[in-house]
Amino acid sequence: MKKEFICIVCPRGCRVVVDGDDISGNQCKRGIDYVKAEMTAPKRVLTTTVKTIFSEWPRVSVKTDKPLPKELLFKAMSDINKVIIDKPLDIGEVVIYNLCNTDVNLILTKSLKGVQK
Amino acid sequence: MIDIVVIGAGAGGLAAAITAKEKNKKVLLIERESTLGGILNQCIHNGFGLEVFKEEYTGPEYAHRYIEKLISLKIDYLLDTTVTKLEKLSEKFIITMTSEEEGIKKIEAKSVILTSGCYERTRGHISMPGDRPKGVFNAGSAQRYLNINGYMVGKKVFILGSGDIGLIMARRMTLEGAEVLGVAEIMSYSNGLNRNIVQCLIDFDIPLFLSHTVTNVIADENNNLKEIIIQEVDNNFNPMINTEKHFFVDTLLLSIGLIPDITLLDELSVKVDPKTKSVEVNQAYETSVRGLFVSGNSLQVHDLVDNVTKESERAGLCAVEYLNKENNEAEEIRILAGSNIGYVTPQRLDFSWNSSLIISFRTNKKMEKAICKVIQDDKVVYKKRLMFLVPAEMETISFDYQILNRTSDIKVVLEELS
Repeated sequence: MKKEFICIVCPRGCRVVVDGDDISGNQCKRGIDYVKAEMTAPKRVLTTTVKTIFSEWPRVSVKTDKPLPKELLFKAMSDINKVIIDKPLDIGEVVIYNLCNTDVNLILTKSLKGVQK
Repeated sequence: MIDIVVIGAGAGGLAAAITAKEKNKKVLLIERESTLGGILNQCIHNGFGLEVFKEEYTGPEYAHRYIEKLISLKIDYLLDTTVTKLEKLSEKFIITMTSEEEGIKKIEAKSVILTSGCYERTRGHISMPGDRPKGVFNAGSAQRYLNINGYMVGKKVFILGSGDIGLIMARRMTLEGAEVLGVAEIMSYSNGLNRNIVQCLIDFDIPLFLSHTVTNVIADENNNLKEIIIQEVDNNFNPMINTEKHFFVDTLLLSIGLIPDITLLDELSVKVDPKTKSVEVNQAYETSVRGLFVSGNSLQVHDLVDNVTKESERAGLCAVEYLNKENNEAEEIRILAGSNIGYVTPQRLDFSWNSSLIISFRTNKKMEKAICKVIQDDKVVYKKRLMFLVPAEMETISFDYQILNRTSDIKVVLEELS
């Protein structure tokens, strides 16, 4: 089965075609590594927001500290949307450990230090 | 009197204020919102800072680095304060500002840096036909409602314009449970980064309709958006018959371009460049009004925040140089946009400054390989090979301008190579 990828390693954006074991269209070696990862276990960093009890920042931005398997993105979103932050956590502090039973943690990308209720 | 007033505390203003303060100048940063960081606060996705920090930050993280520095340097700043008027009387600026706490107040400064960012083009700018229902938003406004205030603007969404904000919002709305039916782009290619096409559209099977635009907007009896119609366009961007596609959506997001916000300069007689829709500047980012500097997205719309930071750091240094500079009439030449160039900035080169020359430009044509030449008196004074040029990506060149003569204008051209 033929499958086409746009390589996202550099701005060149090669169209890489995979046909069985044959990979073509890539202008450098990094395109092969990218496509192999995409074919086997694609992962993405998830960025979203979490509800807080603070009126100054009713939502606060968060991200996963590592890329998460792509197929878990929606499961992770539904877990994240159940959380409400009630402490003025600092940037980088963990909001959810082991998201979707992976080794990926959800961390704050903004500081809530000194916010008002 | 304050040495340098910086207006707008987004990526540009933070960088300019920090740079000027590090040279021991008396700086005041003025921000109309209640927090520092500007639009970075709503750009919660990652991909910021690869050039400046060699790390991949989200928008709020990128802002945080500069806010911490601003605070550690004890730079004075005002929040919830809007500058309403900017005047220049002989050698000083008079800044009128208003805030709920202080009312209307005037302050004086020797120099001003405007880093007020840009605003979004609306449906009026593209004369979009059809009804005027609720449910039509600018993509950036919808991003703010969702990421800062926590409101979803709709459940079934179509997006016009494939710039990066549109692509980022397609993913963001999808992750929050909305159904994004498609993205239409009037050009035959996307104006967004390829990585965003992959991560925001292909990852979620959202179709991209190239060479298509919205040709009708239909409201229901309560004046809510009910349906949009898109059509394919020909080479002259005219819709073609029998290409209509119907989408039943409650939300249309517009990601159709940004315009530098220089409305504050209306009362000063600054020269404007119709190509950048901002002011003309020299290589020190100084406008035709001496001591008034403009940088960041209020000078030209950047693709990367890293470049906003770097440009505004240079503007900060130039404002410092201005404070000690003799105000002599200087030799000046113009920098012109030649073939295949959409715009250039700076538009003027003033030989009285010490600052280096960095020319930013955009191609107006997609090119695989090209050579960029700078020409003075029919002679090539500088050239550089460039790869993969697209109008969506800004290019920069830099060279020592002491090699130029001080009487003839220079022209930047792009020649396509096969």
